[in-house]
Amino acid sequence: MNNQVMFFLLSAIILIFSVLTVTTRRVLRAAVYLLFVLVATAGIYFQLQYNFLAAVQLTVYAGGIVVLIIFSILLTSHISERAPRASAAKAALSALAAVAGAILVLLTVLQFNFTPAGIAKIEPTVTNVGRALVSYKEYGYALPFEAISILLLAAMIGAIVVAKKESNQEKQK
Amino acid sequence: MMTEGIPLEYFLIVSTLMFFIGIFGFLTRKNLITMLMSIELILNSVNINFVAFNSYLFPHQMQGQFFSLIIIAVAAAEAAVAIAIIINIYRNFRSIETDKVDEMKY
Repeated sequence: MNNQVMFFLLSAIILIFSVLTVTTRRVLRAAVYLLFVLVATAGIYFQLQYNFLAAVQLTVYAGGIVVLIIFSILLTSHISERAPRASAAKAALSALAAVAGAILVLLTVLQFNFTPAGIAKIEPTVTNVGRALVSYKEYGYALPFEAISILLLAAMIGAIVVAKKESNQEKQK
Repeated sequence: MMTEGIPLEYFLIVSTLMFFIGIFGFLTRKNLITMLMSIELILNSVNINFVAFNSYLFPHQMQGQFFSLIIIAVAAAEAAVAIAIIINIYRNFRSIETDKVDEMKY
């Protein structure tokens, strides 16, 4: 019973603030609403007992990405600036596309009969996660771990190269 | 169990609605940063799906959890590069509205 109340509370926060994120006309507020959505999602992970994943969600998403987004908002737009309203036709067509897609997906998903597996669960503790992350045996995830490290390195170099200022010599060419 | 009384379908409904709210935002927004935020919503809804499937249908493995972890890492990398590009665009055009940024060469 308590679980259900908590779940409905978290999903209500997620859905209400998702809608506000995409409809509010102030950009900075949209970023703060996005933060609420991400924190509520971490709450859902906690409820499923994926504690490590919830911690990563809080630090990387809510802590890192939202701060990055807020910084870029402050760099690129005035704080009291309001985004212009989307034209009525565009908003109506987009809403139609989104609602039609949601109905289609929900009908398909709810028709399928999911049978929960009655198998003992691997407790997703930090110990188990860490062991699996660097293990190269069966159910080990060393390869994705290496791939993601290369991706992060490439993204870091790419971000620096894109964002750095051109030197005067290069401009004169 | 902390998920007692909550069927898998509830998680799927929440993540589906969140996904299409993100799609709606992506279609209506014109500011590049708000479009990026819609993409974050979409990625986040996919993560909920992976974790819920992992927890209900394949509890003896951890694939869903690792997919989510890697999606979070990819989202962080993508946000960093996207924001670098957006700031560069702002330097050249003084605007990040998609309808004002219509030239590739400046």
